[in-house]
Amino acid sequence: MVKTAKYALVQSLPVMAGYLVLGLGFGVLLASKGYGVGWAFAMSTLIYAGSMQYVAVDLVAGGASLIAAALMTLTVNARHLFYGISMVERYRHTGPAKPYLIFALTDETYSLVCSGGVPEGVDQKGYFFLVSLFDHLYWIAGSVAGALVGTLLPFDSTGIDFSMTALFLVVMTEQWRTARDHRPALTGLGVSVVCLLIFGPEEFLIPAMIGITVVLTVLRPALQSKEEEEAAHVRD
Amino acid sequence: MFGIDLHAAALVAVIAAVTILLRFLPFAVFGGGRPTPRYVVYLGRVLPCAIMAMLVVYCLRNADPLGPTHALPELLAGAAVVGLQLWRKNTLLSIAAGTVLYMVLVQRVFV
Repeated sequence: MVKTAKYALVQSLPVMAGYLVLGLGFGVLLASKGYGVGWAFAMSTLIYAGSMQYVAVDLVAGGASLIAAALMTLTVNARHLFYGISMVERYRHTGPAKPYLIFALTDETYSLVCSGGVPEGVDQKGYFFLVSLFDHLYWIAGSVAGALVGTLLPFDSTGIDFSMTALFLVVMTEQWRTARDHRPALTGLGVSVVCLLIFGPEEFLIPAMIGITVVLTVLRPALQSKEEEEAAHVRD
Repeated sequence: MFGIDLHAAALVAVIAAVTILLRFLPFAVFGGGRPTPRYVVYLGRVLPCAIMAMLVVYCLRNADPLGPTHALPELLAGAAVVGLQLWRKNTLLSIAAGTVLYMVLVQRVFV
């Protein structure tokens, strides 16, 4: 168990750094809109979805409607459906921890639990659970600290919301760097820009989501055969 | 004030509920032992890249090239983020430097 905990801790260190800073940014941003520590704690504990929480600051501060918030969450977090799909097998026999593992499956935790096996002497189920828990705690700690800093030291935070843009830009850059086929990313970019021009800044997200799914479905024969070749190539 | 807070609490509850639903749904639908449909597996692979590009567009939706700043703060800070990430591959550095640059630009340069 000690070995498992140690392994989980070491593996989660990069996420610790990331979550403390991103959580901090979220907490400061939230506090700058007048919502303090309690809100940061509640949101990071219950929602626990980084990108969505940044978007949620906009929704909460702007007094969005519940329907708009639900649609926005569906759009921004739809990718979790696909993380889940790829973890169905791995999480199949994880026992009583399973509901928590599913709840805590963020982008970063996904990147830790989906990457291959664990060394000898490390309990895989225990590792899944501890990595999920550690990451959750880093995120809560970061956002609460951010809300405290933001409340105690008022400073001109105009423009701090760019941290969300920067986060998405970094993830996109990393995906671009590691992807062999750039058509999915270009589809996302192209369809979104076209929808933005047609539907305007407040209405374009849902049509964009539908358009992206349609275009990717049309491209499936081309993209999938290439993927299968790559998969075969990796196996060689 | 109290009314606003109740609405904010309802918003947080809705966002949390939808997020939880999305996370549990695949396990509820595909956890029963049947193989996952190939179309769904395919979407699972190609959607993340497309969605991230969409979120970037969402973040920059109000940047107006014809407006008073010509979207220069977004353009410069965004280029800095991508450039730093390609150069140093340090996520935190890229985000922190890009955000600080953007804050300086909108607070001091393009006022």
